[in-house]
Amino acid sequence: MLVLFAVFGTLPAWIGAIGLYPYLGVEVMVWIIFGLGFNLLLGYAGLPSFGHGAYFGVGAYAFGLAQFHLYPNLWICLAAATLAGGIAGALVALFISHRRGIYYALLTIAFGQIFWFVAVKWHSVTRGEDGLLNIKRLSVELGFASFSLASLQALYWFAFAVFVVTVIFLWRLVNSPFGRVLAAIKQNETRARFVGYNVWLYKWLAFTLSALIAGLAGGLFALAQQSAYPNVMSLQQSGFVVMMTLVGGGLVSFWGPVLGAVLFFVARDLLGAYTEAWLLWYGLLFMALVLFKPEGLAGMFSQIGRRNVRRTAPA
Amino acid sequence: MFAAQHLHKRFGHQVVLEDVSMTFEQGRLSGIMGPNGAGKTTCFNLLTGRYRPDRGRVLFEGRDITGLPPRAIARLGISRSFQVMNLFDDYSALDNVLIATPEMREKGYSFFGRFDGTTDVLQRVGLAGKEHVRAKDLSYGDRRALEIGVALAARPRLLFLDEPTAGLGTDATARIARLIAELKRAITIVLIEHDMKFLFGLADHIYVMHWGQVIAQGSPAELRANPWVQRSNLGNVVD
Repeated sequence: MLVLFAVFGTLPAWIGAIGLYPYLGVEVMVWIIFGLGFNLLLGYAGLPSFGHGAYFGVGAYAFGLAQFHLYPNLWICLAAATLAGGIAGALVALFISHRRGIYYALLTIAFGQIFWFVAVKWHSVTRGEDGLLNIKRLSVELGFASFSLASLQALYWFAFAVFVVTVIFLWRLVNSPFGRVLAAIKQNETRARFVGYNVWLYKWLAFTLSALIAGLAGGLFALAQQSAYPNVMSLQQSGFVVMMTLVGGGLVSFWGPVLGAVLFFVARDLLGAYTEAWLLWYGLLFMALVLFKPEGLAGMFSQIGRRNVRRTAPA
Repeated sequence: MFAAQHLHKRFGHQVVLEDVSMTFEQGRLSGIMGPNGAGKTTCFNLLTGRYRPDRGRVLFEGRDITGLPPRAIARLGISRSFQVMNLFDDYSALDNVLIATPEMREKGYSFFGRFDGTTDVLQRVGLAGKEHVRAKDLSYGDRRALEIGVALAARPRLLFLDEPTAGLGTDATARIARLIAELKRAITIVLIEHDMKFLFGLADHIYVMHWGQVIAQGSPAELRANPWVQRSNLGNVVD
């Protein structure tokens, strides 16, 4: 965790030197938050959601709508984004928490598509395919002081602060008794029920929490992009977070989505500079990993680590 | 202590249980035996809330618990093990029993609490020293013992064991028999088994099931004298 914070804490100082730009750092952090929240569901509770972009999108729209119609305060807008994602997730979870496996996955896709469709068609609220434009980067009001987020620098540090708090929160969550029970339900739902756990409620909570975090990430995204549009709710975008999590190794490590998100955006920018078809190469990489190394990058690293330990250990 | 009254259960057109009534007295070890497909495990599934009976009632300490979900029945102090192993495979042996303790159950929603605790269950089932071995890396016999351990960790007053020796060799079976004989002194137990020697050596009272019905019941001595049991294959094993 310290390594992660150190990397992102010093990123503005060195990212220019390797040919990239600080805004990329903001984007990566937003997607890491999204990915870690998503992995609470996929990696810890073992519940595949293929429509998670919906809650990210709901958060982005809620951020913009709160700013236009409610009150233009950054905290209120971010809270609205988080809550809206959470409420949308809580409602959907009511209908799917008795399912698991493929049925669960299909239902999440169906619900995700509903949100996407609403975003495209409900023109008077969402502005249809154009989305909400001109979302302002509101200042950070702290009561005694106020910081403008107009500069990229300031935006970066604000995103970093939210990022640190969220990562610590999620780390604590997965290591709490709640997180351990979730992992137990993933391993054996039947047994969890027979030792006295309310499996349905745990699954409902996992989905809701995960959607809450997605909403927060969506709110940050709207803040950074200064807009919210239906594309982020599409099936394709929902697929990205699944890919990042799996490529990074979310099934075996808390940090999987971090590696996955970093790799995704670096691939986009570095490969994207050479070829329009960078996503094809990323997709092939994804397929290769799923075929040969389903534990992902994190799994590979831990395996290499173990091998080294064995080699250095006295026989 | 525990009574099943006139249970009926059918799956589609298949009648699997027909008018099954049983009572399990406090402090005793009751057995259920019968050939494969006789309805023993279905009977367990009805008694522990996995399925709801079509007719009939299930009573625990005078309270009607028919149709309660498994988690509610577990919280009343009724625990069960499974014939096909049902462990938390990626968790260590210790975590498997910790997660099943009433303390963890109570703080399951806690964000700040710690996942820990102490328990002597692993010593009791003979897994001392293997606390940190993952369940899936344990030997088959140890997994069988852990299967009972998880059921025990809830500190039940009534324990249902579904064929705890399934697939075990002679030595391992003897180990489980010693364990159950030990547990019997403290807990009321109901045991499904088709190893007759095993069951007759342990049980105080036995129900014999066939084709979804109870066809005989009594103490081991009474059953040895029962002509039906003698005539059937079951009787041959008893001698």
